[in-house]
Amino acid sequence: MASFLDRSRTVAGPGYSRWLIPPAALAVHLSIGQVYATSVYKTSLVEHFGTSQTAIGVIFSIAIVMLGLSAAVLGKWVDHGGPRKAMFTAAMFWAAGFFVAALGISTTQLWLVYLGYGVLGGIGLGIGYISPVSTLIKWFPDRPGLATGMAIMGFGGGALIASPLSNQLLRAYDPGFDGAAGSVADGSAVASLFVTLGVVYLVAMLYGAATIRVAPPDYRPAGWDPSTRTTNAMVTTAAVSAGNAIRTPQFWLLWVVLFCNVTAGIGILEQASPMIQDFFRDGGSSAVSVVAAGGFVGLLSLGNMGGRFVWSSTSDVVGRKRIYMVYLGVGAVLYVLLALVGQSATALFVLLAFVILSFYGGGFATMPAYLRDLFGTYEVGAIHGRVLTAWSAAGVAGPLIVNGFLDARGTPGELVAADYRPALLTMVGLLVVGFVANLLIKPVAERFHEPSDKTAAPAAGR
Amino acid sequence: MSHTAAAGPEDTAGGRSDPSAGVQKMLLGVGWTLVSVPLLYGLVQTLRRVVTLFTG
Repeated sequence: MASFLDRSRTVAGPGYSRWLIPPAALAVHLSIGQVYATSVYKTSLVEHFGTSQTAIGVIFSIAIVMLGLSAAVLGKWVDHGGPRKAMFTAAMFWAAGFFVAALGISTTQLWLVYLGYGVLGGIGLGIGYISPVSTLIKWFPDRPGLATGMAIMGFGGGALIASPLSNQLLRAYDPGFDGAAGSVADGSAVASLFVTLGVVYLVAMLYGAATIRVAPPDYRPAGWDPSTRTTNAMVTTAAVSAGNAIRTPQFWLLWVVLFCNVTAGIGILEQASPMIQDFFRDGGSSAVSVVAAGGFVGLLSLGNMGGRFVWSSTSDVVGRKRIYMVYLGVGAVLYVLLALVGQSATALFVLLAFVILSFYGGGFATMPAYLRDLFGTYEVGAIHGRVLTAWSAAGVAGPLIVNGFLDARGTPGELVAADYRPALLTMVGLLVVGFVANLLIKPVAERFHEPSDKTAAPAAGR
Repeated sequence: MSHTAAAGPEDTAGGRSDPSAGVQKMLLGVGWTLVSVPLLYGLVQTLRRVVTLFTG
């Protein structure tokens, strides 16, 4: 690839403002966060291809599985190749995914949508997700939680932008579509939407790639004393390679923590709209309208996004282990309350779900900083990529658990609050497992540390 | 911002293409605006949806 993309061309010099880095990271994460806004055109694709909801839902599942796989497999390449090369590659895959999928929609070939948005787009997601994380951690050694919270908040924010934007574009491309419930845009409008989004995201992500910079070797922010972090036994100054990291119990305990936290969050996210209506169902009708349920989904999106920034930043002050005790321990208590008394008042139900979703987002955003604390910055991007396979697994397990329980309890539109209890209490069990896993995390044994002569020069500016 | 001395081989290229302080200020404004405006749009649109939870 061109030298402009090489790591050596991205090393910043003295005086470079580190506040130029978050917008570059956000440009990428706001773009790839679109993956959580696929529901806008899901019904259109079902009608266009004349297939089932499941067949269209598979597109999203493939993308999330490819996210985890590509982040795990290519994480080391991302760490060594540098953020600009990774962001450029992510932009190419993400945009190509939209273009190939648009071709599939135009020619009514669903496999092309699987290949495009699912496989190619999913690879772009994985590379894009991890590409700015280790760079930000090195620019903000004093506040790694804040730094990763800012970027990963963008992933939540991406859906907030893409959802209304896609709706407006579909209305522009299909005059017969008004965006109201029951109105469905035609296939050619969705194809045009995909091309438009592909172009917009390509430009935004290339902006991120062009402006990203790697921190100079041994960089430290003004006024920050690196010796302060050596006082915390859970924060290492050593370096652990990605290869060694997966041999440590700490890596797998964190994998379990992320898996449990994400699976529990997906339990609510997946069913948010029907869930609130079912909880307040009296006989055949619900006290919560379809429109109000849409508002609830929007509120959860805000909780998910806000939690990424607020909780991750808080972890810089209270510590990573303690904040995960809150996500998992308090989260479990809130889930019990939701299951047992959630139906007593709409405001209580909404409040509980909002806080649970903020913990879900916080769990995502705090993970890179937790990895940095335990394994050091040497190959933190690659280690983060490998941990993200827990997200892929949770993306499959979460909906399976919830749908499995709900299918056994009745048919959609007839369920009530009590029908959700087995699924919600299963999530409580998962959160308790995650809580225990987090409690068991201790500093990584010295035998896994890299020799200092190996990490000093090559890691410079990494 | 400050630096310690230890320099790796890649350091030689470090900062050669850095923009001046004035340009960096402009880039800060442009960069944060580019990401803030769409995010604000998304937030406003979502809040409008959220209002329906309490009104309808």
